[in-house]
Amino acid sequence: MYALEVERLAKTYASGTQALKGISLNVAQGDFFALLGPNGAGKSTLIGIISSLVNATSGEVRVFGASVQRERSRAMSYIGLVPQELNFNQFEKPLEIVVNQAGYYGIGRKVALARAEKYLRQLQLWDKHDKPSRGLSGGMKRRLMIARAMVNEPRLLILDEPTAGVDIEIRRSMWEFIRAINEGGTTVILTTHYLEEAEELCRNIAIIDHGKIIKNMDMKSLLATLDVETFVLDMRESLESVPRIAGMDIRMRDESTLEVSVPKQKSLNALFGALDAKGLHVLSMRNKANRLEELFLRLVDKGAGA
Amino acid sequence: MASTNWIGYKTIVRKEVVRILRIWAQTVVPPAITMTLYFIIFGNLIGRRIGDMGGFDYMQFIVPGLIMMSVITSSYGNMVSSFFGAKFGRHIEELLVSPLPSWIILAGYVTGALARGIMVGSMVMLISLLFTRVHVLHPLITVSVLLLTSIVFAMAGMVNAIFAQKFDDIAIVPTFILTPLTYLGGVFYSINLLPDFWRGVSAFNPILYMVNGFRYGILGVSDVGLPWSYAIIGVFTVVLASLCLWLLHRGTGMRS
Repeated sequence: MYALEVERLAKTYASGTQALKGISLNVAQGDFFALLGPNGAGKSTLIGIISSLVNATSGEVRVFGASVQRERSRAMSYIGLVPQELNFNQFEKPLEIVVNQAGYYGIGRKVALARAEKYLRQLQLWDKHDKPSRGLSGGMKRRLMIARAMVNEPRLLILDEPTAGVDIEIRRSMWEFIRAINEGGTTVILTTHYLEEAEELCRNIAIIDHGKIIKNMDMKSLLATLDVETFVLDMRESLESVPRIAGMDIRMRDESTLEVSVPKQKSLNALFGALDAKGLHVLSMRNKANRLEELFLRLVDKGAGA
Repeated sequence: MASTNWIGYKTIVRKEVVRILRIWAQTVVPPAITMTLYFIIFGNLIGRRIGDMGGFDYMQFIVPGLIMMSVITSSYGNMVSSFFGAKFGRHIEELLVSPLPSWIILAGYVTGALARGIMVGSMVMLISLLFTRVHVLHPLITVSVLLLTSIVFAMAGMVNAIFAQKFDDIAIVPTFILTPLTYLGGVFYSINLLPDFWRGVSAFNPILYMVNGFRYGILGVSDVGLPWSYAIIGVFTVVLASLCLWLLHRGTGMRS
C-alpha cells in the first residue's frame, strides 16, 4: 500500500482555469518526496485536494488506502498539513493553537498538552507558548504551523513551502527536525522553491508544470540526467577576450569572471589544463546553480516551449 | 470515531467559550447596558404611563421579550462573527483538514453560540429582577423555547457567515432584517393592539412565535397558540440544520 495514490486527478476552477490535467502519482510509505514546479503549476491545488481543502473535478486521491473523496475522515486522520499561507488565529497563543488542533483529531487534553510541549520545545518555541502568536516572528510562525501539523503524529506530513522567508540558520534546523521526523517513519511530501532544500532532503521527486507531471523519478537518477554543469570561475588575470576550449561553452561575465558549461563526459582537469596552457589561473570556482536547479530550469523551460 | 468526534466537539465548544470570555467587553457587557436602558426608559419611565398589558404591568410584560431579544442577537452575533472570523483569517482550515465531520463542526459552533445566548439571557434576567418581580410559571416551556430559539439563530448566523465575503456582509442581515423583525415581534407590545391588517402581517414574523412562546413560559400569556410556537421553531430548526450541513459538506465559501 502506498502512503499516497493520486489517480487521473483533474481540477478546473469556476473561472475556467485548468489547474490539474489528469495527473497520476504514487508516494511510497516512508518516502521523502519533493513536489516541485513553478508558480501556478498546480502544486498547491494538488495539496489542497489531498488535504480536502479543494474539491477535485475528477479522479481520486487515496491516503494509506483511504479515499479522500469517499472516506474523508479516515484519510484526514493520517495527514498533517503545513500550508503555504499562515492560517492560525493570531489572537490565540501557540499552546492553545497546538492543543486545539490535537482536539480536532480526537486527542485528549492531557496527551495533547504533553505533545504540544514536546513539539514546541523541539521547534524552539516553548518560551513563547503563552504569548499571543501575532507577536511571533515570521520564522516562528512557520515553525508553529509545523508543531501544529505534528501534534496528531501524522503518517503523512505535507509541507507546502515550510521554509519560505526563513533565515538560513533556522532553515537548517528545520531541515534537521523534518529529517528526523522522516527517519522516524513518517512519509513527508515537500514543496519548496529552494531547490537546494529538495536536493538535500528528498529521495524522490515529481515536477509539475501547467497542471501535468513532467518528471517523476528518484532524485539520484534525475540528477544523473544532467549532461552539462555550469561553473563560475574567478580568474587572477584580467581577460581581454573569451578563451576558446574545445567542447566547452565559455562566456565572460566581466573582465575577471568566466562562466563555463562543462559536459558530463569532460573532466574538470581538462578545463584547468587548457586554461593553464593559456597562462590563465583560477582563483576560485563555484556552481552557477545547484544541480537540481539547473535541471529544473531546463525541464520547465522545455515545458514552456512545448 | 465516536470518541474523536466527542473530543473534537468539546474542543470547539471550549475554544468558543474561551473566546466569549476573552472578549467579554464585546460579548457580554453591551447587551447588559442596552437592556438596562430598555428597562429604565421603556419599562420604568414610559411603562408607568402605559399601565397594564396582557394583564401584567408593562415592566413585567416586556421582561420575556427583552430576554428573548438579547438571546437572539447574542446567538446570531456570536456565530456570525466567530465563524466568519475563522473563515476570513483562514483558521477554519484547521477544522476542514481534520477528520471531524460537518455535523460536529456545526454542533460545536452552535453550542458556543448557545453558551453566549444563555450567559446573556441569564444576565438580562438578573437585571430585570432589579426592576420588577419575575416568577417563571412554566420552567420547562421557558427553557425549551429559549434553547431552541438560540439554536435557530445560531444556525441562521452560520448561513450568513458562510455566504459573507467581507465584514459588511455580516452586518447587513442583523441591521436590515433581524433588528426590525425583533422589534416588530411583540417584544414591546401585544399584537392584539394592532389593527387587523398589521396583525395579519405580524403573523408572518417567526420571531413573534418565539417571543410569545417564551412569554407564555414565564407569564402564562401569549398572542399565539403554544403549539404554533413550537411548530414554527421546529420547522426553522430542521430547515436551517439541513441547510447548514449541506453548505458545510459542500464547503461553500470555504473549499474551492
